[in-house]
Amino acid sequence: MTEKRKLAEKEYEIWVEAPRVAEKAKPGQFVILRTTAFGERIPLTIVKTDPLSGRVCLIFQVIGKSTAELAALNPNDRLQDFVGPLGMPSEIKNYGTVLLVGGGVGIAALFPIVKGLKEAGNRVITVLGAKTRELVILKEECRAFSDQLIVMTDDGSDGNQGLVTAAMEDVFLRETVDVAWAIGPSVMMKFAAKMAQNYDVPIYVSLNPIMIDGTGMCGGCRVTVADSVKFACVDGPEFLGTEVNWEEFIQRMKQYSREETDSYEAYIRQVNPFGEKKLQQNTDAGTGAGNPVE
Amino acid sequence: MKRSYNKTPMPEQAPEIRWNNFEEVALGYDLESGILEASRCLQCKDAPCILKCPVMIGIPGFIKAIKEENIQKAYEIISRYSNLPAICGRVCPQEKQCEMVCRLGQSKKFEPVAIGKLERLVADWALEQPVEKVERTFHKGKVAIVGSGPSGLTAAGDLAKLGYKVVIFEALHTAGGVLTYGIPEFRLPKRIVAKEIERIEALGVTIETNVVVGKTITIEEIQRDFDACYIAVGAGAPHFMGIPGSALNGVYSSSEYLTRINLMHGYQFPTYDTPVQKAAKVAVIGGGNVAMDAARSAKRMGASQVTVIYRRSVEELPARVEEYHHSVEEGIEYSWLTNPVAYLDDGTGKLAGVQCVKMELGEPDASGRRRPVTIPGSEFVIEADVAIEAIGQGSNKVLLATFPELAVNKWGYIDADEETCATNVPGIFAGGDIVTGAATVILAMGAGKLAAKEIDQYVTAKEA
Ligand SMILES: Cc1cc2nc3c(=O)[nH]c(=O)nc-3n(C[C@H](O)[C@H](O)[C@H](O)COP(=O)(O)OP(=O)(O)OC[C@H]3O[C@@H](n4cnc5c(N)ncnc54)[C@H](O)[C@@H]3O)c2cc1C
Ligand SMILES: Cc1cc2nc3c(=O)[nH]c(=O)nc-3n(C[C@H](O)[C@H](O)[C@H](O)COP(=O)(O)OP(=O)(O)OC[C@H]3O[C@@H](n4cnc5c(N)ncnc54)[C@H](O)[C@@H]3O)c2cc1C
Ligand code: FES
Repeated sequence: MTEKRKLAEKEYEIWVEAPRVAEKAKPGQFVILRTTAFGERIPLTIVKTDPLSGRVCLIFQVIGKSTAELAALNPNDRLQDFVGPLGMPSEIKNYGTVLLVGGGVGIAALFPIVKGLKEAGNRVITVLGAKTRELVILKEECRAFSDQLIVMTDDGSDGNQGLVTAAMEDVFLRETVDVAWAIGPSVMMKFAAKMAQNYDVPIYVSLNPIMIDGTGMCGGCRVTVADSVKFACVDGPEFLGTEVNWEEFIQRMKQYSREETDSYEAYIRQVNPFGEKKLQQNTDAGTGAGNPVE
Repeated sequence: MKRSYNKTPMPEQAPEIRWNNFEEVALGYDLESGILEASRCLQCKDAPCILKCPVMIGIPGFIKAIKEENIQKAYEIISRYSNLPAICGRVCPQEKQCEMVCRLGQSKKFEPVAIGKLERLVADWALEQPVEKVERTFHKGKVAIVGSGPSGLTAAGDLAKLGYKVVIFEALHTAGGVLTYGIPEFRLPKRIVAKEIERIEALGVTIETNVVVGKTITIEEIQRDFDACYIAVGAGAPHFMGIPGSALNGVYSSSEYLTRINLMHGYQFPTYDTPVQKAAKVAVIGGGNVAMDAARSAKRMGASQVTVIYRRSVEELPARVEEYHHSVEEGIEYSWLTNPVAYLDDGTGKLAGVQCVKMELGEPDASGRRRPVTIPGSEFVIEADVAIEAIGQGSNKVLLATFPELAVNKWGYIDADEETCATNVPGIFAGGDIVTGAATVILAMGAGKLAAKEIDQYVTAKEA
């Protein structure tokens, strides 16, 4: 690890030296890393690469013990393991007009797609959503590759107050969109998919189920897409949002919530890295975009 | 001295102790019991056991050396044929190979010589000896191996001995393939696997973990940088029954369950960070070695009731007899002639039970086994908070998806020549589970040996 920067409360950007990964990575792909020999294998999306210096940029949100441990590392520390790029790349080509929706830490995963689609010659409209102003990450980076950038916050502290789905609807009413992407908390992706479906726009989402190997070996990351079983690590992580069985997906994210809460609490008690009094455990990786209510 | 009818017994942990720990079940012979067992061998001149061994170990020879108390010599004989003897001595299906054709075992009342246990004795002794690192010159060329399971390791060892610079690329963070992530500690301690891998590295083999071929590096790069390549990526893509409720929390593939436990040390959670669901009642679906391993692991994770659901009867059980007996001793229950039809939801998205039907055996099918048929109206429920499907694997697609030129057969496995391991792409060889489908450690090793020989010929011919 060569650099670490705190982007917002509990959100960090790190750069890792991994020449082979930097050289191969395409938008939509991810890595799996372990911080220690006792650690979990955690998947994180590749946000940026610098093939010249052989480095890869990741952005993550601290939600449990493993991400807290990662956040506690410093430049020049070594990661135990780092493997990638994994998963299928996004289908980057010239579609015409594209709408890209990112929520919370999902903006990190969206950014390489924004950049890729712009470079492929698309008209790019980007919607970024978060709870509050400081959680709207990568705003300037996204703006640089977007024809239009719309920001939505839950509290109205940046851009417009409201949900990303409202911004989507405005765009759909206004102009023809050829294809859309939504990456963020599962609930946000689910509703973004519904919104796109209402206007007949194909929409890709990036699923982040619990993974282990990331090479199609364990089957733990299975999701139901168009009524058939897919492994997100090798068939995905991107799928058509309208074909995903969301109830099942959201349910499966909770598989280990009890064990994870226990281990995070024990970790915090031991090292107290954030000096926190009270803990809040998210069950949905990367919340922070204002989940619409059904 | 009169030969005893039975194999010299090997001490084991008592069932009611071992089902609470992940330590090895069978404790191994000491030298004295080894010599006793070795003296049961008839030293047949034509040694049918050798022919029945996929890597053709000089069995009577090494047994004779044990009898003469020359373990060093016994080890030298074995290691001429096998690079992983401590592993084979533990997990090979000897009862269907060398021990099945043992002359002693053919005569009335006698059990065959415990060849596997003797192999383990010698190999374990060798692992205690210091590794001498031989300085080799790699003058013959460079070979890349994809996958560090028994097949890749064996090919690597043999090629290094022949004078090749060998690099193994492994996708996971630890080498060993199924030996590391699949077969549990209580049957094959990871310390043993690690030590045998160390021996292969000592031959001059480099293992690069965390490299997914097809993603991190491509086959084209390998073709450019190496003289030949051996693909040994294993089977390892879990099949699912596809019955309703498969997505419920608590429904696992055996691969996920065993990987969490073995590779990620889930049984040592929270010392290690990766959790495995602890359950009071566990149902395991299947009847092979993998099902046994999953069931016995579940018991060790603290389950009070573990039921193996198998659609045929005990006679057809594909698992090794020894493992089946071990499982019964440990209190694993069996529901024979039973097939699951749905997983039941407890109302919160978690598994509550497995809805099953009873089966009866009808006419023999293509495999020659009598085909199970459903008995109408026989539905019943087996309560379970975790269910583990151990119903087999398909081919691993990570590499294949990025290498469409490579010919595959109708099951999706690599179409490689059985006699030579050659594929349709010159310079690319393949073997092990990715060619045969899920098989055994020793067959995967046999393919590795063959591949090493053929690769040597291929590279030598190319240079000439
Ligand atoms: C393909 C993919 C890309 C991802 N990209 C990013 C990213 O760019 N930035 C980011 O902040 N997060 C990303 N995630 C999510 C990230 O991997 C999890 O937040 C992280 O593993 C949580 O670990 P933890 O120990 O800190 O939390 P835990 O306490 O272990 O878990 C908290 C919750 O996180 C989720 N989770 C746990 N383990 C995993 C796992 N192995 N894989 C996925 N989710 C898990 C579960 O919902 C769990 O309940 C991605 C996940 C996937 C699958
Ligand atoms: C639970 C279980 C119990 C078993 N018990 C027994 C037993 O008691 N006795 C017995 O004889 N057999 C047993 N078997 C079967 C035996 O383990 C296999 O037949 C054998 O391991 C196959 O060896 P292999 O080298 O072909 O592949 P594997 O052991 O599967 O190794 C393949 C390796 O390749 C790696 N890989 C895959 N794709 C890539 C890629 N693209 N790039 C880099 N690396 C890659 C994988 O991560 C893996 O490490 C068991 C199997 C299982 C699952
Ligand atoms: S993470 Fe194991 S199959 Fe996808």
